Amino acid sequence: MIKFENASKFYGDVAAISQLDLDIQPGELVALIGPSGSGKSTALKMVNRMVELDHGRILFKNQDITRFNLQDLRRRMGYAIQSVGLFPHRTVAHNIATVPRLLGWEADRVRARVTELMNMLSMDPDHYAGRYPHQLSGGQQQRVGVARALAADPDVLLMDEPFGALDPVTRAALQRALKAIHRATGKTILFVTHDLDEALLLASRIVLLNNGRLVQVGTPLELLQQPANDFVGDFLGRADLGLKQLSLQPVAHYLKPLAGPAPAYLIPSTATAREAISCMAEQHVSSLRVADANGNIIGQVSAPDLLANNHV
Amino acid sequence: MASPDTQRWNPVLALYVAVALVASMGLPFVRVAPNRLLSGDPIFLGDVLQRQGSPLVVALVLAVFTLLVLAIGQPQRRFTQALVSVAMAASLAGLWLLASHVSSSVSPVDHPLQRTALGAGFWTLAALAWLTALDAVARLNLATLPRLIVHIAGCLPLLLSLSEGQNLSLAKEYANHSDVVGPAVVRHLQIVMLAVVPAVVIGVPLAWRMSRSAMLRQGLFPLLNLIQTIPAIALFGLLMAPLAWLAVQLPMLGSAGIRGVGMAPAVLALFLYSLLPIVRAALAGLEQVPAETILAARAMGMSPWQIFWQIELPLELPVLLIGVRTALVQTIGLAAVCALIGAGGLGQIMFDGLFSAANELVILGVMPIVLLAMLADSFFQILETMLKTPAP
Repeated sequence: MIKFENASKFYGDVAAISQLDLDIQPGELVALIGPSGSGKSTALKMVNRMVELDHGRILFKNQDITRFNLQDLRRRMGYAIQSVGLFPHRTVAHNIATVPRLLGWEADRVRARVTELMNMLSMDPDHYAGRYPHQLSGGQQQRVGVARALAADPDVLLMDEPFGALDPVTRAALQRALKAIHRATGKTILFVTHDLDEALLLASRIVLLNNGRLVQVGTPLELLQQPANDFVGDFLGRADLGLKQLSLQPVAHYLKPLAGPAPAYLIPSTATAREAISCMAEQHVSSLRVADANGNIIGQVSAPDLLANNHV
Repeated sequence: MASPDTQRWNPVLALYVAVALVASMGLPFVRVAPNRLLSGDPIFLGDVLQRQGSPLVVALVLAVFTLLVLAIGQPQRRFTQALVSVAMAASLAGLWLLASHVSSSVSPVDHPLQRTALGAGFWTLAALAWLTALDAVARLNLATLPRLIVHIAGCLPLLLSLSEGQNLSLAKEYANHSDVVGPAVVRHLQIVMLAVVPAVVIGVPLAWRMSRSAMLRQGLFPLLNLIQTIPAIALFGLLMAPLAWLAVQLPMLGSAGIRGVGMAPAVLALFLYSLLPIVRAALAGLEQVPAETILAARAMGMSPWQIFWQIELPLELPVLLIGVRTALVQTIGLAAVCALIGAGGLGQIMFDGLFSAANELVILGVMPIVLLAMLADSFFQILETMLKTPAP
């Protein structure tokens, strides 16, 4: 869907991005991550030509992005940023309708799409459609920002630290919403974050950048289990690498049938291995009963299994 | 200065009342002259009340005076301030009626050339009544629209009583010049519009270009500032020579009315004067459009034209309108000077009066200018209020 080929961007003599090669498949949710100044935001902006690259090329649907009409290219890529940038003089509905209107959709179709998106992002259309951005909370504004980016059903969604300015509770809610949207629509999403936990939670692949160079690409688990070098290890947080790995594993993977005396404490099967270990440490036990969504006991997990078998 | 919230008394009103007392005793209310060229004998307000005032009029004058003295000590009471507003609107009409009464009492049949001119006392009292009314209305703390309605209502008594004063010199001047006042107003507005409309049409895109180029900004602002400091007469002089030369070189322009004198240099000069306030306001307006809003608009795939038309212009409009208002009011006043280079307009009447030492004629030219400026100002105030409250 998006392919960086030897892409470079220079500011003066300094390379913001140097020789980046990256192939993003349709339906992937790729997180660009790295320390400040690593070029992750620049890489994202090169895709919709908010930043023009100096060397190499970027392909969008197997075609060089410079061969598209600039406005046309941007209208085919949804874009959401940390500061949201809603149009203050336009209502929520009008904001969301921006790109469909630019594309000349009929009014009925625009209205239906706005309603659909507001429902998808859990904002009551009757209540919020006519409001102005300054009448919304930060989280609501970002929901509108995401809805606006999705409005014209773009092929690609670009997000530049979209949840960076939100409080933890609101951020978690929006992360869940994004994950649900990704699952429901299968959109290709490229998003920049400096929050490692956000990347581990959402991404199907993580791209780690440093000083404008690609350091490692892989699934969250691959990065945690096989850091390519010391920088990756440091960046991922060496001290709790193991816990982070456990947090990517559902407890269901370690399930064993009940045997012997039933453990005293209970954990839902949707919990992560990390939560299971935490619960054991808190209760001073070494095994837990596991319950499914209906509350039926479906087996047990034990500490040695969780700690021994990380490589599933 | 104490804020109006904490004021125990109204020093402004006290000053007005004191000045009014001095003016009514020390300055002639009207002057009666055998013809328009002589300055005539002064008649003071006291004489007028003594000779012609019925007890009712005297009682009314005393009542208004008492009310004003009371109002000095009650700057916060809205009821008192409302009473003062009404009293001042009535007083404006009353002063006019009193003056016309004097003029009618001298038989116009016996002395057809005799003139009753409004004196310094009348003008001072009228101005003070008007200022007091403005002060009182401001203390009512009304929103823009109701305030403007009150202002208009306040003018009604005077407007209704205008026809009573036909024997006054001012009315006679109007009668003598009635055929030129109408066209002069039209010409005046023509000059103003020909200057301000192009200044908006050119100034707004110019400011947009300047907002994107520091070089253009640094180059143009000193120039616009410089133009603003050139006195109008000097600017006319500077424009005359090149325009006259152009007219000679290109006879087509000359036949279209572009000459060294007349409308062309006047309109051009006023256009240049309008440019600074409009460009400055437009630029200030553009600067307060959030950067991330523009960034988002670009990333959504809006063209630069769409960004300007759909995002920047609506967002800069409230600030831009303040600049247009400034330019418009300034130009309405400045356009009077254009009569000096043969552009006509209300300034023509004013200068005719000045050169023939006929004060009433000067006033006849100046009054419509003041009224036009006030109307333009009010119109834009309404527009700005409407823009500030978007439909919920």
